[in-house]
Amino acid sequence: MRGEGPGNAGRAGSRAVQIGFVAAFLGLWYLATTRWGVSSILLPNPLNVARELGDILASGEFVADLRVTLTELFVAFAISAVSGVTLGYVISRTRYRIRVFDPLFSAIYAVPLILFLPLYILIFGLGPASKIALGASISFFPVVLSTIAGFGNVDRTLITAARSMGASDPQLFRFVLLPAALPVMLTGMRMGFTVALLSIIGSETLASLEGLGHRIVHLAEGMEMARMFAYIAFVVAIAALLNVVVSSLEARGRRSR
Amino acid sequence: MTALPRALRSPGVARLGVILGLLAVWEIAARWLVDPLFLAPPSAVVMGLGRVIGTRGVPGALGITLYELAIAFALSVAIGLVVGLVVGLHNFSRRSFMPIILLLYGTPQVTVLPIFILYFGIGPASKIAFGVTHGMFPIIVTIAAGVQNIKPILLVSARSMGANSWQMLRYVVFPHMIPSFFTGMRLGMTGVLLGVLLAELYVSTAGIGYFTTLFTQNFDPTRLLGLIGMLAAMAIVLNEGVRRLETRYARWRD
Repeated sequence: MRGEGPGNAGRAGSRAVQIGFVAAFLGLWYLATTRWGVSSILLPNPLNVARELGDILASGEFVADLRVTLTELFVAFAISAVSGVTLGYVISRTRYRIRVFDPLFSAIYAVPLILFLPLYILIFGLGPASKIALGASISFFPVVLSTIAGFGNVDRTLITAARSMGASDPQLFRFVLLPAALPVMLTGMRMGFTVALLSIIGSETLASLEGLGHRIVHLAEGMEMARMFAYIAFVVAIAALLNVVVSSLEARGRRSR
Repeated sequence: MTALPRALRSPGVARLGVILGLLAVWEIAARWLVDPLFLAPPSAVVMGLGRVIGTRGVPGALGITLYELAIAFALSVAIGLVVGLVVGLHNFSRRSFMPIILLLYGTPQVTVLPIFILYFGIGPASKIAFGVTHGMFPIIVTIAAGVQNIKPILLVSARSMGANSWQMLRYVVFPHMIPSFFTGMRLGMTGVLLGVLLAELYVSTAGIGYFTTLFTQNFDPTRLLGLIGMLAAMAIVLNEGVRRLETRYARWRD
């Protein structure tokens, strides 16, 4: 509660705490596995994990699973982005349609749709199709809701002004509606991408034959803990990388308008 | 459209019409177009709800899942409140730990689900633990952001009027925290539902995950959809409950 300013000393201090936190975490992990006799089934030695990670990267074993997961992700996101933006734009054109559909989509969005995974598996099978279908369904809602919000809340004066200056429909869309709606839409698309990634890795973990999520479960069931931890680190890094890329695309999209 | 009476044109009625239309499409597709092993018509699902409840073990499984959700939510709120307050009120700990919390919040936790099962077993403990790790981060982040937005002048004036630390928490911080607390509860509930249901679907001996697997493997879409429907209803009730609380308490200052 003290109002200490973020001086240089304070900032260096926080940095030191962060580094110390990570170092203590790794140190305790190492000591737990070597000195304190924690079973390597429960917690593998961090050095072994690092070695396994090196092996996975060097052998290129991850390529097939990564390709499956990324293909599912991009197909699912393409479906939800195209359908969500199209439907959202059509709905946003009249107040009446917004009031009919917006509460409906918000209500469905509040349900954890991962519940329907067993049904998707039943209908689409264990392969990539069920992951794509689930990922597309889950990520559809943030995209469509933000598109409705974006196009539905454009300032009336801007539209009237453009009309009175003789803008045609395509011109109105290109120079007034799209720039006004884009920031909100981009946020929705970023959220859609994130939940698509989560639901695809999730459904691969729960029921699948291939993909990164499946690989982790496969190693867990085979009790190959060091390799499993290495794959977890790999997937977390891939997810972080994808999030950074998507966030920077979002920021660039905002600037370019 | 102009010929329709006003009542029929209200958005609520139209929305109901859209829902009924979708149900009709589903009914027709399930009855005549899709293999009955994979999809059941909504009428059969509704009629079969009694049969789902009558399945031995299902009421118990719903009870276990509700219990897991309740415990996980209570733990998430408790942890989120304490950590959120500490991190939000103390500048140094915020700058030190907020990046770490945000980093953990941003990782796809489902990748570590097998580890949770390994550590906490296949019973309710692993579901509760997984629900807590999903629920506590949004609560921490919202509460930390909420207390950070308290105007410094309020803290300074309370201090200068001789308030001690407890009095400042009780009369300045807590009242200002209420809106973000309820927003955090809503986001936390969404997280807890996701975490518990993910862990249930992954592996379960007595919870609802056991029965979704059973019904899927028996190609019994009627009972599967009935069970999923009941869980979705449960999720909607829980979400709606915390959302109502949020809208009720969010605007106390206006």
